[in-house]
Amino acid sequence: MIEAHEIGKKFGDRAALRSVSFEAATGELLAVIGPNGAGKTTLLSILAGIREADSGTLTVPGKVGWVPQQASLYRRLTVAENLRLFAHLEQVVDVDVAVERMLDQTALGERRDDQVGTLSGGNQQRVNIAIGLLSAPTVLLLDEPSTGLDPRQRERLWEFVLDLAGAGTTVIYTTHHVLEAERYGSRVLVLADGERLFDGTAAELHAAVSDSQTRDFERAFVSFLRERGH
Amino acid sequence: MRWLLLKDLQILRRSPLIVALLIAYPVALGVLIGFALSGDDSRPRVAFLNEIPEDEQFQIGGDEEGIDRGLARNQLCERVQCVDVETRAEAEQMVEDGDVLAALILPEDLLDQLESLASLNPQEPMVEVLVNEDDPVKASLVDDRIQALITEANLILSQRISDEAANYLDLLIDGGQFDLPLIADFDVLGLVKSGAILNAVSEELPRDGDARAALQSVIRFARLAQENLDFALPLLGAVAEPISVDKTVVSGDSSALDTFAIAVAATVTLMFVTVLLVAGSLALEREENAFARITRGAVGPSGLLAEKVLLGIVASFAVTLLLLVALTALVSIEWQRAPLIALAILAAGGAFASFGAAIGGSAKEVRASSLLAFMVSLPIAFLSLVPSGTVSGGVFKAIEIIRALFPFDPALDAMQGALDAAGPDILVPLLHCAAILVVYGVLARLALRRFA
Repeated sequence: MIEAHEIGKKFGDRAALRSVSFEAATGELLAVIGPNGAGKTTLLSILAGIREADSGTLTVPGKVGWVPQQASLYRRLTVAENLRLFAHLEQVVDVDVAVERMLDQTALGERRDDQVGTLSGGNQQRVNIAIGLLSAPTVLLLDEPSTGLDPRQRERLWEFVLDLAGAGTTVIYTTHHVLEAERYGSRVLVLADGERLFDGTAAELHAAVSDSQTRDFERAFVSFLRERGH
Repeated sequence: MRWLLLKDLQILRRSPLIVALLIAYPVALGVLIGFALSGDDSRPRVAFLNEIPEDEQFQIGGDEEGIDRGLARNQLCERVQCVDVETRAEAEQMVEDGDVLAALILPEDLLDQLESLASLNPQEPMVEVLVNEDDPVKASLVDDRIQALITEANLILSQRISDEAANYLDLLIDGGQFDLPLIADFDVLGLVKSGAILNAVSEELPRDGDARAALQSVIRFARLAQENLDFALPLLGAVAEPISVDKTVVSGDSSALDTFAIAVAATVTLMFVTVLLVAGSLALEREENAFARITRGAVGPSGLLAEKVLLGIVASFAVTLLLLVALTALVSIEWQRAPLIALAILAAGGAFASFGAAIGGSAKEVRASSLLAFMVSLPIAFLSLVPSGTVSGGVFKAIEIIRALFPFDPALDAMQGALDAAGPDILVPLLHCAAILVVYGVLARLALRRFA
């Protein structure tokens, strides 16, 4: 189980995170949602070890895989070369096996020798995610993974992520598509101005708004934020 | 780090334009410099029109060795490469076309004018110069060359005249035969022999007689004249060439001009290849959004920085060696000094790579880093080539301080010292390069803190 307790982060005078706490169990899909500047990416970068928190404690079991919002890939290298490079950098024990496994999982085996710059946005994102999974992490952090993907690519992406969670990987993801939080998240963490406003299921968030009769989750989420002054 | 280096080399390999530039640039630079240095005649080309009649000769006094049209040409063409032309129109055309720097025309009556110098009605001898001053630098060069040429000609003439005057003085002092062309040869007694004859005559005159006293005063005058004319001989030589130069080097170990040019070419190549490659490569990590992903693993920001510096050193070493090999076909390079040359390239490459990393870390984008690298590197290279004495002392001190802060100056010194035993001591520039590597490495590391 991943545990974050009272995590705080400031950039200059601006507080990006204010004592945020949450937990995520093994195999759980935790959706982190909130308006722009809420602190979602900052939270994930702290969990990934890219940034250090100014305060609070963090307990992360095992390896953490991180998939940044924008594809972190070398466009002039092939799919296989990118995977091999990052496998070496992640100090994966058997690089060749890990690369073949990811090519298989992402169904990119046929494009293995294509330079990444020639792939579609959807396929680049698959390679991006594959790199995050090279070290077979127990926790996978996805920062807005479906951005720039068409509906079909998004569906394939979530099928893939659900399979991972089903296999025991804890997945924490941020998204601007709040319906993806409702549909795929086993729990939802709402942040606004660096503050945790809600931690629970989508149904509980729905019920928390005064106009609980609305069936639309996105409208319920906006109402929730408005009622709390955001 | 090994995998990152391999990755960068692989990306380079897949960028044919950059690889072509990396190879073609130093080879082209080397060949150009090689041709410039290995030309069979580095003197400026000047069209030469000699209108002096072939059989005419200018003689000073009775000297058999006169000045004729051939001698005039040889003397004048020592400083410039003379291109003989037949007509004034041909000379004008060559100047206008830029085939020659200038045209020098010796008029038909030049020797008559020269001869008039020894007459009661002297004329000022004139030569004519045609120039094409299409830019100020060329105009200044032409003026300097022509002035030097005329000074040389005047010096030759005054030496000839001084020599002839000295011959006359010798004749007056020691006596001898004087040849007056078309008239006759006659004997000149000379002051020495005159004194001896007068002394002998004086001995035969009565000791208390007025005649002997008068003769004694003539003898004293003759002796005085002889002694003073003896002093006049070296004075004539001094008048012919009043100032000579005794050069003492009090500062600086200058290598040969050829070696300096090779060192400049190698250093400029090192600078551009290394700074642009490292700055661009580091900025690319951010542009590809890969920086955070790479540095969260085992490598870390310092490891990434070290890899980029290593990439710069590897590339600069290969490219600079390529440049020197290309130059070897055209100019002489002392390859027995190869270990020192390798050491200089490595040290200079390290300093430039670290400097490039600081630029790449600050700029964050490939285009911005390339632009910044050019904008910073070029002025520093120009400043490093400003010789002392061409600007005021205060300005030069400021330039020296700026030079010391950047890698070009120590890199150039290291290359000069490595290429030529007569060049500067190599140890100090090597240490300077190492210090620059460390300082810019720290600055680059600080810049990377804002990189993610």
